[in-house]
Amino acid sequence: MSSNNRPLSPHLQVYNPQITSVLSIVHRITGVILALGSLLTLWVLISLSMGPDTFAVTQVCLQSIFGQLAIFAFSLCLMYHLFNGIRHLFWDAGKGYNIQTVTKSGISVLVLTILSTASLWLLALSKGGL
Amino acid sequence: MMNYRDPIATAKGLGSAKSGFGHWWMQRLTAIVLALLTPFAVYCLAKYGVSDYAQLKALFAQPLFSAVLVLYVLALFWHARLGLQVVVEDYIHQPALEISLQIAIKIIYSLASVAAVLAIARLALSA
Repeated sequence: MSSNNRPLSPHLQVYNPQITSVLSIVHRITGVILALGSLLTLWVLISLSMGPDTFAVTQVCLQSIFGQLAIFAFSLCLMYHLFNGIRHLFWDAGKGYNIQTVTKSGISVLVLTILSTASLWLLALSKGGL
Repeated sequence: MMNYRDPIATAKGLGSAKSGFGHWWMQRLTAIVLALLTPFAVYCLAKYGVSDYAQLKALFAQPLFSAVLVLYVLALFWHARLGLQVVVEDYIHQPALEISLQIAIKIIYSLASVAAVLAIARLALSA
């Protein structure tokens, strides 16, 4: 059954990056970041429930420059995963498989990600920051 | 239409994917819940921020807010668990490590769900 030196089917690395494949792997990467980051969100919730003194420590962390950068990165991942997830739900319903449509919906996801993240942070900053 | 299913499969009620469809379906159902509630969650966070403890606490006094947040965290941790499970299945090929990670993911996200619900309940009931 086994024989050496048989040709392998083309593997991932022979392909140039395309909008379809890049957005697909970014969906997974952002998913993993969000799944792990959700545990940090839980820590915020728990510290809030433990009272003002405990939450004060969380506030210092969140409002530090590292905290703000982490929340910014997290919000970017969340918006991407949200819009691309909706794109996936349309595919699950059997819609949007035309290759031009896939490209257009992919670009729309990127535009919506940037616009929504920017809107959220403009709102937050207009209220004096997080 | 002819029935191609093996009699034992019919008896057990499991196809070749076993409980795979249930995983796929719950991933989508939780995705829909999250897609509907995430805009609300991020809007609240951007609007209220984290600097005013009393104001945040007051949000939890509203039963609807706390109830929706419970639904949100349960859908979130369920969705996260299902997603991480697939990532581990796809990329971790060492059996001992894979099984350990799969068990750890299940325990951590079950624990996270319970902890989140308890924290919200504590905030809602003490508000």
